[in-house]
Amino acid sequence: MNLVKQTLKDAPTAEEKKYTAKDFQSDQDVRWCPGCGDYAVLAMVQRTLPEIGIPHERIVFVSGIGCSSRFPYYMSTYGFHGIHGRAAAIASGLRISRPDLSVWVATGDGDGMSIGGNHFIHTLRRNMDIKILLFNNQIYGLTKGQYSPTSVVGQVTKSTPYGAIDRPFNPLLLALGAEGTFVARTLDRDPKHMQGVLRRTAEHKGTAFVEIYQNCVVFNDGAFFQFTEKETKDDNVVVLEHDKPLVFGKEKEKGVILDGRTPKVVSLKDGKYSIDDLLVHDEKDTVLSFILARMSNLPGLPTPIGVVYATARPVYELEIERQIDTVVKKAGEGELAKLFMHGETWTIS
Amino acid sequence: MKSVRNLEEVTIRFAGDSGDGMQLTGSQFTSATAVAGNDLSTLPDYPAEIRAPAGTLFGVSGFQIHFGSREINTPGDMCDVLVTMNAAALKVNLRNLREGGIIIANTDGFNDKNLRLSGYDSNPLEGGSLSKYQVFAFDISALTRRSLEDMNLSPKVVDRSKNFFALGLTYWIFSRPPKPTLQWIKDKFKNDETLQEVNMRVLKAGYNFGETTEVFAVQYEVGPAKLKPGTYRSLTGNEAAAWGFISASVKSGLELFLGSYPITPASEILHELSKHKSFHVKTFQAEDEIAGICSAIGAAYGGALAITSTSGPGLALKSEAIGLAVITELPIVIIDVQRGGPSTGLPTKTEQADLLQAMYGRNGESPVVVLAATSPSDCFWTAYEASRIAVKYMIPVVMMSEGFIGQGSDPWLIPDIDSLPEIKPSFRTDPQGFYPYLRDEKTLARPWAIPGTPGLEHRIGGLEKANIYGNVSHDPENHELMVKLRQEKVDRIADGIPLAEVDGDPEGDLLVVGWGGTYGAIRTAVERQRNEGRSVSHLHLRYINPLQKNVGEILYRFKRILVPEGNLGQLCKILRARFLVPTMTLSKVQGGPFRSIEIVEEIDKLFKA
Repeated sequence: MNLVKQTLKDAPTAEEKKYTAKDFQSDQDVRWCPGCGDYAVLAMVQRTLPEIGIPHERIVFVSGIGCSSRFPYYMSTYGFHGIHGRAAAIASGLRISRPDLSVWVATGDGDGMSIGGNHFIHTLRRNMDIKILLFNNQIYGLTKGQYSPTSVVGQVTKSTPYGAIDRPFNPLLLALGAEGTFVARTLDRDPKHMQGVLRRTAEHKGTAFVEIYQNCVVFNDGAFFQFTEKETKDDNVVVLEHDKPLVFGKEKEKGVILDGRTPKVVSLKDGKYSIDDLLVHDEKDTVLSFILARMSNLPGLPTPIGVVYATARPVYELEIERQIDTVVKKAGEGELAKLFMHGETWTIS
Repeated sequence: MKSVRNLEEVTIRFAGDSGDGMQLTGSQFTSATAVAGNDLSTLPDYPAEIRAPAGTLFGVSGFQIHFGSREINTPGDMCDVLVTMNAAALKVNLRNLREGGIIIANTDGFNDKNLRLSGYDSNPLEGGSLSKYQVFAFDISALTRRSLEDMNLSPKVVDRSKNFFALGLTYWIFSRPPKPTLQWIKDKFKNDETLQEVNMRVLKAGYNFGETTEVFAVQYEVGPAKLKPGTYRSLTGNEAAAWGFISASVKSGLELFLGSYPITPASEILHELSKHKSFHVKTFQAEDEIAGICSAIGAAYGGALAITSTSGPGLALKSEAIGLAVITELPIVIIDVQRGGPSTGLPTKTEQADLLQAMYGRNGESPVVVLAATSPSDCFWTAYEASRIAVKYMIPVVMMSEGFIGQGSDPWLIPDIDSLPEIKPSFRTDPQGFYPYLRDEKTLARPWAIPGTPGLEHRIGGLEKANIYGNVSHDPENHELMVKLRQEKVDRIADGIPLAEVDGDPEGDLLVVGWGGTYGAIRTAVERQRNEGRSVSHLHLRYINPLQKNVGEILYRFKRILVPEGNLGQLCKILRARFLVPTMTLSKVQGGPFRSIEIVEEIDKLFKA
């Protein structure tokens, strides 16, 4: 048994208790701007974690740099505030060496999609059991207002006074293209929906990626209001549920059909279409996942939230353990004396 | 009856196209030589291209081995024997052959096209241009073909085995036992009887050719070396480093983790460690150099013995993350197998020019421990010591290796496992009085509190931390205190390492100071100068940060100090800055190690001046 396992076995055990959200709050003052969307995410994570049944000390939050990356300081679990973009890489090493831990990454659109884009895609393709929460506010907040890789074309920021000219990433498509096994989206201003998605995230075996539309009150206020505010939300957002038709609108009067490979909005009121004609969501359908993810932020189509794609695939770090077990079973535990002496040696007396 | 002549030492260089299998030939000759009980040192010298166009000068791949019945410290200054498979290999390597040396040439590699590609106007094997050497030229390709005539093989298979003919022939000339190579062939081609047969036959054909042909009147013998008693094996530096890490893992009870991105000339560490799953080694081929080190930092946080392996360009990419390991005070080992720089530089050639990068190449005051291996087998001990220090002091350690020692090999005295120094990490478990940056009074190490331990939940990271408590702090006095504490932690390591030892008199006219792979060349040169009665001593630094406590004292006892380095004077700068001593640099940045003669000549100059 290695020293980590031995130590944890011998360590005084924590009292068994029913956790509450309060048990996940650290003693540090939360320093995000008043009204920041990050508060809602923090509160909802703290409220959801007691439900997932993992002991407090086995949870680790890892982050990079940015407003959202302050997240670990406000959680009373283990936490690692890394360097810009590298949270997924740090989390990968931690998870490989310690598959007994529940490892979460808090990142933003700059941290995760730009400087850390490489680690992001490779973590997904490997399917490491890491939960990645991407706080997407379409702006660099901590550096005070430059455009980000998810900023929209034309967005005026400090570094794009004449408007951004590069096409943004759609994080869902990027995650799907990187062979992600769990890809979801939720909203900072819809706590109930977020909680449902976070529960699913926690349960997933493999990399679970959640994009959270998050409002930056200072540098990009209202970027997602069409999706989050009462007056506009119902007409602009479709909530995905597995095995359920895509219905939306204030009175559930609209739906999405597939015309060939093209999604189209139809009315359920004019008698031409009924609920049975609508596209039915299937989380396991790879092709559909791309079509749905592509619908984001397009004129005339509702933007999907919920679990876009979820499938089971072997988990990287467990495969490493499996290879080790196989070798040990076949060849036995390694012994230094044997290693040193195998093959050609010679003795001088 | 052929005569047998005894030699004390021999240097052979095998050279051919990069597709001719010269590296394999060299490593087989090394195994056979190791089994014959000689001391040895090798130098692989190959191009950056995997298969450069055949017959070109830049496609020449070489492997040099220096072996003897006495102590061997370098891969050899000049060759006694050059085995050359084509004209280009002769052209490139002739300058490494001593006058009177032996050339064994494959005439098939000297056709018109070969001669044109290598810039020869006429065939050097004919005419008198090589009259200063003993030339033995045969059509090795044809001889190989003839030995396989009855097997109905494709010309490609036949052609690819000709290096084993040359190998067999040199085995005969230098009385090497072919057995290790025959065994290697059996293992290597255990699933292909044809290739097994081909290679064994060709090797034996080469051996028998030496014995039966009239060409060679003399066979040479090099007796076993009087090495320290014990059991030896031959290891490359990169293998030795990997085994050092495995040993540290076994000894400490920590699981070994390697996060790494392939890079020449360090990749063999990744290859070697990937094999050893029975030691529960976890290797992670990361998406880039940065992920290599960041994953190691994550693994160290989780309680692993965490390593990242790289070369100069990779070390540059890792610098921000090394700073993270400095401020989070986590134990990791970064091994830099140096190559020619800057930028991509000379990927397959050796250099020592990353020392200042390792020492200072980060933002902020960011001290790390720096150790340097002196030889291939010393890579084992340096890797082990780097691991010990990292874990004991909770600190990142940079281990410097070099292309030519990482890929070169020498005999390694297999250590008694019980005699390996103790590595005794302990993880904090008691929540009573726990603070993440409350230090050990003696070592200044902070507690290693791993996730999963109830009651020790805490947050660390790259923002400055409050002394003791570890919360984020922007307090100016606290920052200065932490900067000084991190430096002092490195300095105090000097209390826990042995004093430096001088080879030669403790005081005198000249001290030659080196670090890393210059060890063998300096040792040989200094010995020679001492034998001539000069007052010359040798100090070799394995610990560069911190320096051993008596280094200054030693320097002050000599009238002059010469520092040979594979750079423009980097250690020299460090020594001058620290001790205000007028050190002199002997620099060489030609992609190859120092020859001892170059150091001898420099010392001659100093004494004559």
